[in-house]
Amino acid sequence: MSAILVNGKTQEVELPISLIELIKKNNVEQPEMVSIQVNGEFVDRSNFDTTQINANDEVDFLYFMGGGSR
Amino acid sequence: MDFNEDQIQRYSRHILLQDVGVEGQEKISNGKVLIIGAGGLGAPVALYLAAAGVGTIGIIDGDVVDLSNLQRQVIHFTPDVNKSKVQSAKEKINLLNPDVNVITYYDLLTASNALEIIKDYDFIVDGTDNFPVKFLINDACVKAGKPFSHGGILRFDGQTITVLPGTACYRCVFHAPPPANAVPTCSQAGVLGAIAGMLGTIQAAEVLKYLTGVGDLLTNRLLTFNAKTMDFRTIKVKHNHKCQVCGDHPTITDLIDYEQATCEIKSNH
Repeated sequence: MSAILVNGKTQEVELPISLIELIKKNNVEQPEMVSIQVNGEFVDRSNFDTTQINANDEVDFLYFMGGGSR
Repeated sequence: MDFNEDQIQRYSRHILLQDVGVEGQEKISNGKVLIIGAGGLGAPVALYLAAAGVGTIGIIDGDVVDLSNLQRQVIHFTPDVNKSKVQSAKEKINLLNPDVNVITYYDLLTASNALEIIKDYDFIVDGTDNFPVKFLINDACVKAGKPFSHGGILRFDGQTITVLPGTACYRCVFHAPPPANAVPTCSQAGVLGAIAGMLGTIQAAEVLKYLTGVGDLLTNRLLTFNAKTMDFRTIKVKHNHKCQVCGDHPTITDLIDYEQATCEIKSNH
């Protein structure tokens, strides 16, 4: 098992793991709902399945939040 | 600007602040701020900016007060149900602080009126409830070189970022609106009322910091919090060179009215 940081918290994962697998592991119901940074760099949505996560990577899931007015 | 005795008393807690003082209060009093959406976020923003003595507050909203709004939209009271939100907000602001000049727009922000409306303001606050308008505000402010505060809330979560010309913009982070209906809005998924106050007051503080030049703005950092755990995080975000509106080769040259799901346009059913 290798440690990575997901939204600032340590997570143990079995490598190799792709970003799309990490999304599923974190119960993100709709990948179209998140924007993702790996080590501070945005990953294009089209590359979610080809991006591999390495030990000690910092992954941030940034969720769309649309509320505010009504 | 010379403050009279009442004003010196009214703003004394600002004037006492070493970083603000009379000079800072003058900057606040000369400030012109546009609040887009007089709802959950716009309500606390408007109240705190009015209390602070922001000279001109513009409010745009095309909606009327609904009973279901009162759980969090603290500028509207029970007798205001069915009144336009901008009128209701203007009345409270005038009662709270007669120094404030309130300009109301009983309208929706669209690609055709956005630039014309924002041009008269120093700072714009996004207090809207849907992605098409959030992206429109971002694109219009980036194009016009206007600073703005993005805010979003949902269920128990909130997020906000301040965008100045040249810093990471909302589109740098979120690229494009999600497919209509992919992401629930508060009217569909619910929101804990106090979250609106938590996030709106952060936005109001950013406005006052911007006007007075005090402190470090929430630029290139997305602040998120979850009220269940009360964990607050700021995530560093960078200006995105591939950003469609502020990147090296912007592809968005005209403002866009994205389509939104019809259930987001009408909330009262």
